[in-house]
Amino acid sequence: MSTATVGDLVSQPYKYGFVTEIETEKIAKGLSEDVVRLISAKKEEPAFLLEFRLRAFRQWQQMQEPDWAALGFPAIDYQDIIYYAAPKQQQKKTSLDEVDPKLLETFDKLGIPLSEQKRLSNVAVDAVFDSVSIATTFKEQLAEHGVIFCSISEAVKEHPELIERYLGTVVPSNDNYFAALNSAVFSDGSFVFIPKGVECPMELSTYFRINSGDTGQFERTLIVAEEGASVSYLEGCTAPMFDTNQLHAAVVELVVLDDASIKYSTVQNWYAGDENGVGGIYNFVTKRGQCRGDRSKISWTQVETGSAITWKYPSCVLQGADSVGEFYSVALTNNKQQADTGTKMIHVGPRSRSTIVSKGISAGHSSNSYRGLVQIGPKAVGARNYSQCDSMLIGDQAAANTYPYIRCQQPDAAIEHEASTCRISEDQLFYLQSRGIGFEEAVSMMVSGFCRDVFNQLPMEFAAEADKLLALKLEGSVG
Amino acid sequence: MIRPDAPVLLDIRDLQAAVEDQPILKGVNLTIRAGEIHAVMGRNGSGKSTLSKVLAGHPAYTVTGGRVLYKGENLLEFDPEQRACIGLFLGFQYPVEIPGVSNLEFLRVATNARRAEQGFEELDTFAFEDLVRERLAVVQMDPAFLERSVNEGFSGGEKKRNEILQMALLEPLVAILDETDSGLDIDALRIVAGGVNQLASPDNATLLITHYQRLLDLITPDHVHVMAAGRILRSGGKELALELERTGYDWVDQELDRLAAGGQEAGRTPVEVG
Repeated sequence: MSTATVGDLVSQPYKYGFVTEIETEKIAKGLSEDVVRLISAKKEEPAFLLEFRLRAFRQWQQMQEPDWAALGFPAIDYQDIIYYAAPKQQQKKTSLDEVDPKLLETFDKLGIPLSEQKRLSNVAVDAVFDSVSIATTFKEQLAEHGVIFCSISEAVKEHPELIERYLGTVVPSNDNYFAALNSAVFSDGSFVFIPKGVECPMELSTYFRINSGDTGQFERTLIVAEEGASVSYLEGCTAPMFDTNQLHAAVVELVVLDDASIKYSTVQNWYAGDENGVGGIYNFVTKRGQCRGDRSKISWTQVETGSAITWKYPSCVLQGADSVGEFYSVALTNNKQQADTGTKMIHVGPRSRSTIVSKGISAGHSSNSYRGLVQIGPKAVGARNYSQCDSMLIGDQAAANTYPYIRCQQPDAAIEHEASTCRISEDQLFYLQSRGIGFEEAVSMMVSGFCRDVFNQLPMEFAAEADKLLALKLEGSVG
Repeated sequence: MIRPDAPVLLDIRDLQAAVEDQPILKGVNLTIRAGEIHAVMGRNGSGKSTLSKVLAGHPAYTVTGGRVLYKGENLLEFDPEQRACIGLFLGFQYPVEIPGVSNLEFLRVATNARRAEQGFEELDTFAFEDLVRERLAVVQMDPAFLERSVNEGFSGGEKKRNEILQMALLEPLVAILDETDSGLDIDALRIVAGGVNQLASPDNATLLITHYQRLLDLITPDHVHVMAAGRILRSGGKELALELERTGYDWVDQELDRLAAGGQEAGRTPVEVG
């Protein structure tokens, strides 16, 4: 049938919407100083971390939820959320054999096999289920190179000096409302430490899975690359389908010293709600990296396809001389999804350079905004920025907005900004169809063509994955 | 090449079509046999391009009456992509640009879709490279165009050559070429026409849609049809095109007036020309 419209195509059932039946330890709903203390106690944390949490909680109480983003949603009741949930298993297991098979099965189903035989070769995975990391693969092999890759809870116990030195130094606990909330109640997440001169021998990856219906997820990720070190890290996220909204407020901090580099990639596929906008994840995330050293580099690549609401601005503070910041983004919104996403490039050091490539695709009744800041400080002599923001509209009910902010205090700096908006036209589709290419394939060819500049930045193992994910989102019910 | 016993590839009977409720085609009749080259001529707005788009299945056009048989099957039941797979080809007057989609990949996917329908195996990247390089010769095209996005930044002539390259790869049974000559300089026109001539065979048929005689100097049609106000007003041999070149289309208006007054069916009564 040729009656299908592009609109039909973008509504394809969410594949990861299942719930794992597993006994979970949850604390009561609501947030108070006692809850913060309880979380810290459950995790047997040292005093400095409890102090960090309590300070953040007090700051959070004084703060207001930001309202400047182009997002509309009913008020979040922060007392109606469970702040800690963990699958019932006493301790993190040393061997995968001891992990509840149901959990392994869950990750298998998600395409993230953890067991020895099936795991992805050359990719080390930290699997986080609700609030807790359940397994990390290839830890020993990485340790041989001096690389630390573990859950942040484990790092608090085993490397408290590193946590104390770096945690909250890039995103201070009072940075913003959601970062403060995260700092008070964060449950788990990943910690990566690449020592001086080490090139991490494999890709590192964290897979986040929300399972409980009424639990907030607050992960905290910290990656440190010492002088001359480098690492490529990827995170993936999914959640079951519920008709209520769940809050996800994560914080990611990156620290890069002289000549070091971190490549951080995200494939975000949280449940997006149904076609009427019921349910879905509220995704309020603070991601920031500091290029502290000279010639250091941070590259963010994100493919954002899920969540009812996305509020996310992975940023780079380019302190070092000749430091480099990059942001490559594909954000796809459909139905009633809303995304307000972009980046901040803060140029401090001389000759620092940044590149921004943002591709927004809006379908259905969705709204997709790019919001980005390029700031060049007075000392950033010879700083350069190039930004490119392209929007693609599918159908005639979706919105695409671009809000570029430029602040320049250095007359010597060069800033370029390009923007475009296009629509998948009936004529383009007909052209491909008239060459024997089916409607769905035609749409997905055009969308992946539109995103190619960004997909090229993803680690090889995941570029095809991302392409497939977009195709899935765009595939559907023709015929 | 006219062979009265050749199989009928395309049989159009009383075809009527509208765009946004505005009738454009008002009863087109046309029979195309294997081995034949047809030319449909007429002024802007006569319905020539609409005819080509309706045959290819453009969604903006609604068929309101009549039928089209393709090798005896109801063509109008097929999706545009199915029509392409079974061997119908439309060469566009204005081929669209598709940024980000590699021309080579596009050609490969299209070729394999057609091959699957024909029961041939899918060509992998290497086998397809060999094939496409061989077919490039048909239109004397620079292989560099394969590496670019579909039609993006191509000149008018390059776009048309890319169309004929697609035709050379898809090996259609019925090729409809909509104003393939428009916007071409004489060298490009020769190359494109040469490509069409090379691809014509006793088993396939070509329908040229054009304003001008100059394309028909290079591709000799077996049948020429003059279209006006959504109908074929007159049909003849190649000499009809030459006649039009001499006399222009003014007689068409008189014919249309006469038809409007007398209500006679179009295309039956020969009209005095010149």
